[in-house]
Amino acid sequence: MTLFVFLEALISLFLIAGGAFIFIGSLGMTHLRDFYMRLHGPTKATTMGIGCTLIASMLYFGVLDNEPVVQEMLITLFLFITAPVSAHLLAKTGLHLRLRHVDKTRGRPVELHPEEVGETPIPHPAQGHEPVTHERTPLREPAADRRD
Amino acid sequence: MLDIALKISLTLVMIALVLNAYRLTVGPGLPDRILALDTMYVNSIALIVLLGLWLGTKTYFEAALLIAMLGFISTVAVCKYLLRGDIIE
Repeated sequence: MTLFVFLEALISLFLIAGGAFIFIGSLGMTHLRDFYMRLHGPTKATTMGIGCTLIASMLYFGVLDNEPVVQEMLITLFLFITAPVSAHLLAKTGLHLRLRHVDKTRGRPVELHPEEVGETPIPHPAQGHEPVTHERTPLREPAADRRD
Repeated sequence: MLDIALKISLTLVMIALVLNAYRLTVGPGLPDRILALDTMYVNSIALIVLLGLWLGTKTYFEAALLIAMLGFISTVAVCKYLLRGDIIE
């Protein structure tokens, strides 16, 4: 009986912690002044909050049904894998669109590589492809240079 | 004790969803709106998990898994469109 009271307290603690983390993350996303600051809230605090909520659900259903829980494990794994990827893509989008930032934000977009902040995207900049045009590589050699 | 904790957590998640809707409406740039939509996906997953705890069923967790996958894919697709002007090159 004491074990169940302890487990209920633990589940309640995880639930309240999860709700508080989710609320703090969304509050940061609403309240901060800069896109690069606003990116911090959902990507860290909200992921932590939903992790706490899923741990509470795992404990509850694991004790209640007395069988292993798979779906919560899958949700947790998927969210924890995909949250950094989407945050990275959002940060790259913000840098590419040259969003306004306050002076407190460290790291200017001009400090990055030129292809990351370019006006138009360069196709495959890592491979060093030059744009192939007829002006740069003419189809036929000029007649004056030809040696007979 | 579990009922009170569940109610507190549901209230906090609902307030978080309202804040996300505010940022989705007035967000100054397009990446802000994408970020708000992505956070709304995550918060709705939390809401579904809390609903499953409230009703005592595990039926809705597959819907939560589906929402997680669709949210990630849509965020990546819109970011890719904004970055490169095309989704699949």
